[in-house]
Amino acid sequence: MQIKESSTVYDVCIVGSGAGGGMAAKTLAEAGAKVALLEAGPMFDSAQGDMFKWPYQSPRRGANTHRPFGEFDAAFGGWEIEGEPYTRVAGTEFDWFRSRMLGGRTNHWGRISLRFGEKDFKRKSVDGLGDDWPISYADIKPYYDRIDKMIGVFGVNFDPSLGLVNEPDGHFLPPPKPRAYEMLVKKACDPLNIPVVPSRLSILTRPLGKRAACHYCSQCNRGCSTHSNFSSPSVLLPPALETGNVTLITNAMAREVLTNDEGLATGVSYISKDDNMEYTVRAKAVVLSASACETARLMLNSKSSRHPNGLGNSSGMVGKYLMDSTGGDLAGVFPQMMDGIPYNEDGVGGMHMYMPWWIDNQKAKLNFPRGYHIEIWGGKNMPSYGFLGGIQNYNAAFGAERPKGGGGYGTQLKNDYRSFYGAMVGFSGRGEPVALESNYCEIDPGVVDQWGIPVLRFNYKWSDYEILQAKHMQDTFEEIIDSMGGKLLWNKAGEESNYGLHAPGRIIHEVGVARMGKDAKKAPVNEYCQSFDCKNLFVADGASFVSMADKNPTWTILALSLRTSEYIIDQKKKGNI
Amino acid sequence: MEEPNKNGMDRRTSLKYMSGAAASLASLTWVGCETPEETAEVTEHKHAANEEMNISEADQKLMEQQFFTDHEMQTVTVLANLIIPADERSGNAADAGVPEFIEFMMKDQPWHQTGMRGGLRWLDIESMHQFEKSFFDLSEKQQKQILDQIAYPEIAKPEMSQGGNFFNNFRDFVATGFFTSKMGIEDLKYMGNTANVWKGSPQEVMDKLGVSYDDVDGYEFA
Ligand SMILES: Cc1cc2nc3c(=O)[nH]c(=O)nc-3n(C[C@H](O)[C@H](O)[C@H](O)COP(=O)(O)OP(=O)(O)OC[C@H]3O[C@@H](n4cnc5c(N)ncnc54)[C@H](O)[C@@H]3O)c2cc1C
Ligand code: SF4
Repeated sequence: MQIKESSTVYDVCIVGSGAGGGMAAKTLAEAGAKVALLEAGPMFDSAQGDMFKWPYQSPRRGANTHRPFGEFDAAFGGWEIEGEPYTRVAGTEFDWFRSRMLGGRTNHWGRISLRFGEKDFKRKSVDGLGDDWPISYADIKPYYDRIDKMIGVFGVNFDPSLGLVNEPDGHFLPPPKPRAYEMLVKKACDPLNIPVVPSRLSILTRPLGKRAACHYCSQCNRGCSTHSNFSSPSVLLPPALETGNVTLITNAMAREVLTNDEGLATGVSYISKDDNMEYTVRAKAVVLSASACETARLMLNSKSSRHPNGLGNSSGMVGKYLMDSTGGDLAGVFPQMMDGIPYNEDGVGGMHMYMPWWIDNQKAKLNFPRGYHIEIWGGKNMPSYGFLGGIQNYNAAFGAERPKGGGGYGTQLKNDYRSFYGAMVGFSGRGEPVALESNYCEIDPGVVDQWGIPVLRFNYKWSDYEILQAKHMQDTFEEIIDSMGGKLLWNKAGEESNYGLHAPGRIIHEVGVARMGKDAKKAPVNEYCQSFDCKNLFVADGASFVSMADKNPTWTILALSLRTSEYIIDQKKKGNI
Repeated sequence: MEEPNKNGMDRRTSLKYMSGAAASLASLTWVGCETPEETAEVTEHKHAANEEMNISEADQKLMEQQFFTDHEMQTVTVLANLIIPADERSGNAADAGVPEFIEFMMKDQPWHQTGMRGGLRWLDIESMHQFEKSFFDLSEKQQKQILDQIAYPEIAKPEMSQGGNFFNNFRDFVATGFFTSKMGIEDLKYMGNTANVWKGSPQEVMDKLGVSYDDVDGYEFA
């Protein structure tokens, strides 16, 4: 088999064009570096997205037959991708979500953009579990500040009287006014001392640069044709490409990082999906941002005599301390919202209000460490596949006089659908797991993907910490729904189902498989996400996280990628790499 | 239940995105919004919204296959119309294309096939037992007598539970098919999926829920 090698030697080769890779490409290219950007998926520009489509424009009415979040979602990829398997150790769970497209998962993510707070970097000091990060909030704050301004995020700085000490201030565009039902949640939660505050989403409520302000169509997950929300191909890649310094190679599936006799990275080998040929890209430094687990996979698959355990893995810690956010949900139906007054309730594609974690676990003597935030959803969304499914479970409880139990047919049922439409509100808890060495991914010794690349095998089990946290979520949701005068839409989850705790991987916040640290024996990368063993190798995605937070990870991935990219420039200038 | 998920993207979609995006990527297009000032006015947005159906080659092939027998399709149609009949506000399930939608879903998500075919058969057998005719051939009154035994799970007899399960699933299909059609969306008075400026919920909606923006007057909103 012939391997095609080009004679160009790039300054940097970046693998992956999502949040981490997009930010690295922009930062490095603007500083003048010649960059090769490898992306396993095809080109994508959300200007081509399906923003204003109606369900009846699809013969399957938008069902999720081919895409996990429905036909019009911008995601190419999902938990299962043909030809790209992964495995699990028996008795453990992990569902691995991957996007395969320019911009990766930033095309259809929820755009909840939260900074980690001071405590989030020092959890071990707070509760003795896991490890502290080698950096503190003060180290990363300047990068968060710049990202807020560069990308745009709406929200507010919280009033100190709310006591939300671990929710840092930011540079926010004004948030959209709450929807009426979100005010109903707030009204019920005020006496429960659960703060309901404007959410923080990277959606422009004012124009920014060449990007238009949001026009409130609520379809962010389909890709925004006016580039009003954040995705890597609408915000980071255009300025990167405009420098003329980036060679973008799509449909390029990286196989391994190449190294020389000194153990330094010399480039990346990849398979082109266009012609099925093997290529190599030569570069003076390599940045891995293929999403945390894929980055670990590349490191583990890049074995050599200098790096027998995989590249940058003398600690044996690559793949270890895998984390995903915890998740649990419950929804209610509310009589005061039935027979709602018709109006356009779309707003932005996401919640206008949310509930940050409001409790101090230790003072409150909770039986679990770490917390969760609550996301609110509901109202008069565009009718879609699955519309008011299972109506028999709740139309007996509220509504018109009925001769019989729930369910039914005919005119009465038709009216039920009308009156229940828009009367639901749901709550999703998204919380912090504890980092455990026993949760990991590794190379499966027996299985390869369609290109012959050894695949990942996952081993992940929730501990009691996460399970007890999920119980707290369910109890809280029920309390809120009760206070609002609603009825549960489905049964509250009990012990037999781990209190509704989703399987690891389901919340799609994989982080932590090449964590940063001060000690090369315990962590694969240093505080600048630079490999201890291979000084011209860097990670710029969620791989470097030491712990998760009850916040979604992407704003932190972006901040760390910016910080690492500037460190690379600095080290280059100093001649260190 | 987790549904099996095929490859994320068929070749046709991939080509569509590639040809469109490759040409414009070097300077990504900002559709309809030339300068930031213009964008303040929502009317400045131009969007290629159309209501055509985009049917891929693969979907076209599915549409050409037939799953339901003629008799089954008649049963599906009459059952769907009993579930969502016409009234003064909108037409019935068949008017909204529900039978064709269900037919398509049987091929698009074949794991529904056995339950659907078996359920329709159950319905015919039960109709034969009770009235010596298939469900389709019953009078409307007789059809409703059957439905009354399966459509209300709380009061249905245990021996009718299989029919009840089938009916619950079938009703969900009909609801999706009807309320995601143009007719159904208009019936619901859904008013979104269009460019606008969000200024909060109208006062009458706030009043109905007994809430007030005074509770958030400490914040400055967009
Ligand atoms: C539905 C959904 C909702 C989400 N909501 C939120 C949210 O509200 N807030 C939040 O903070 N986060 C959210 N996330 C998570 C967020 O999308 C990720 O944290 C973020 O995109 C991670 O950035 P990344 O650069 O590590 O990976 P990605 O954005 O996934 O990018 C990785 C890229 O690398 C490419 N790649 C992978 N392997 C290879 C290879 N071998 N060779 C070449 N290229 C490769 C992929 O094709 C992909 O384009 C959500 C995700 C999903 C799917
Ligand atoms: S809601 Fe706003 S940001 Fe989201 S897709 Fe619509 S216009 Fe774009």
